[in-house]
Amino acid sequence: CYYYFLQEILDTHDSISGQITPTELCQKCLSLIKKTKFLNAYITVSEEVALKQAEESEKRYKNGQSLGDLDGIPVAVKDNFSTSGIETTCASNMLKGYIPPYNATVVQKLLDQGALLMGKTNLDEFAMGSGSTDGIFGPVKNPWSYSKQYREKRKQNPHSKNEDSDWLITGGSSGGSAAAVSAFTCYAALGSDTGGSTRNPAAHCGLVGFKPSYGLVSRHGLIPLVNSMDVPGILTRCVDDAAIVLGALAGPDPKDSTTVHDPINKPFMLPSLADVSKLCIGIPKEYLIPELSSEVRSLWSKAADLFESEGAKVLEVSLPHTSYSIVCYHVLCTSEVASNMARFDGLQYGHRCDINVSTEAMYAATRREGFNDVVRGRILSGNFFLLKENYENYFVKAQKVRRLIANDFVNAFNSGVDVLLTPTTLSEAVPYLEFIKEDNRTRSAQDDIFTQAVNMAGLPAVSIPVALSNQGLPIGLQFIGRAFCDQQLLTVAKWFEKQVQFPVIQLQELMDDCSAVLENEKSASVSLKQ
Amino acid sequence: GFTSKADPQGSGRITAQVIEHLERLALVDFGSCEAVARLEKAIAFADRLRAVDTDGVEPMESVLEDRCLYLRSDNVVEGNCADELLQNSHRVVEEYFVAPPGNISLPKLDEQEPFPHS
Repeated sequence: CYYYFLQEILDTHDSISGQITPTELCQKCLSLIKKTKFLNAYITVSEEVALKQAEESEKRYKNGQSLGDLDGIPVAVKDNFSTSGIETTCASNMLKGYIPPYNATVVQKLLDQGALLMGKTNLDEFAMGSGSTDGIFGPVKNPWSYSKQYREKRKQNPHSKNEDSDWLITGGSSGGSAAAVSAFTCYAALGSDTGGSTRNPAAHCGLVGFKPSYGLVSRHGLIPLVNSMDVPGILTRCVDDAAIVLGALAGPDPKDSTTVHDPINKPFMLPSLADVSKLCIGIPKEYLIPELSSEVRSLWSKAADLFESEGAKVLEVSLPHTSYSIVCYHVLCTSEVASNMARFDGLQYGHRCDINVSTEAMYAATRREGFNDVVRGRILSGNFFLLKENYENYFVKAQKVRRLIANDFVNAFNSGVDVLLTPTTLSEAVPYLEFIKEDNRTRSAQDDIFTQAVNMAGLPAVSIPVALSNQGLPIGLQFIGRAFCDQQLLTVAKWFEKQVQFPVIQLQELMDDCSAVLENEKSASVSLKQ
Repeated sequence: GFTSKADPQGSGRITAQVIEHLERLALVDFGSCEAVARLEKAIAFADRLRAVDTDGVEPMESVLEDRCLYLRSDNVVEGNCADELLQNSHRVVEEYFVAPPGNISLPKLDEQEPFPHS
């Protein structure tokens, strides 16, 4: 049988040692990866590596030398994390065929814990986007497009013709990681989060999407977008699983000078909150915008009511600079991107074109061939804002606004609030054909609206799946915590998760146990005919 | 060139001179009129920041600005991996990355091929 949550496997380890072996689990996940290939969640499947790791994990268990909670657990990693010996592309022609000679620190930590690396997941090119649609390997499809919950609702709609032409996006940019976890091909996946790239697809795929405090988890080996905002993100099917992964990843890294060296309480065991009467939840009023779908708005309101009915204090708070946040993010993001993308010149790694006339001509042609329109557009925008005549009025101005936004959060938390509760996205996942009607920058500006301020303030945040929409699709809500209070944030999230009891996705055709059911149905119909 | 076809709602600040300047700095080309129009929209979007009063506000470079940077001890613990690093390059000679000749400027805009119509 299949264990949905990591904690379930750990429980079997405690009770009956090895009810499922690492190799069995690995093979099950590899088989699911093959069955769900149409989702396009994986760019590289590291089958041999995973099986070898599974073998080693089994040996360790036999000798009573398990490395910890993640030993033998299948995980996936977004393809903008460097993995030694395994192609790392960032879904870009610039890095197609690039094989890093080292592991990102977070990847190394997972491997040191004995996790099985199933593969590298798909994303928007260089993590720029909110749909996971703009990479060279094509878009990622949301597994919920094929769920019983969604399909049943669709049948009621007489206009649904072709079953696959209206598949839904996963959100982005960590859509591949989200699809991989949502389709049960692994227990946890690494994403990255610069403006919401882990939380957005988590909300659209019915997952827990956790963004740690900036400085808690090493960025070494995460191919950078915005150095002052990027963090590795964690995608799992439940909060406890996210806490287990965070426990493995958190901590200072001498290779990343932006990690903090404060002592951290490890492991990240989450207490079960008996009651929330001592909790104060803040609701930022500026997040109630007209573009918010009525369904998300209603769930947000119900969530606030739930906390209140269980004894928590629920306060309206103000984050006055909210309406400028996305603009500020846009300027800072493109500026840092312009700087970070400068390293791609074809000389030491990555794509190189054939021009040999001059270094400049070679660099320019390499970059034209290597980067897609979205990436080039952001580089050009960033360079514009960084021009001497614009630097003060755009870049420095945005840095000042950033401080105002960060201060807004500080003031909200200082008013006695423990955790903020907001929507994660404007609505549930939309069909791909609708998503592509607007360009990447427009979509990003719309979709990042609730998530990017958190990156500018460096705070921890998590998206929790709450309920299904009228169309049978997941809707998530976001909790935001104080800096370095990640454990407290996850504790509150865990309590909330238990209250809402979000349903498991029903992907009947894909699960082994259910293929047996389908066979029985076949034989039943045969006997009826007779 | 293509500035005449730029978005009429744009700021009109993207002159041919600016385009050339940006392309040289970024070593990335616009490639189309649409790209210029997109930049104009991006600038118009960014202009909204003017409405924010930032008098007396210091720019924020990092959320960790109040902390002391951790300095590790100055000991060599890794390296000597020239071979591994050279493997990722398309053009190497012995232990050198081979670059085309430098100090040659990109041709000016009017000397270049016009945009392909996209």
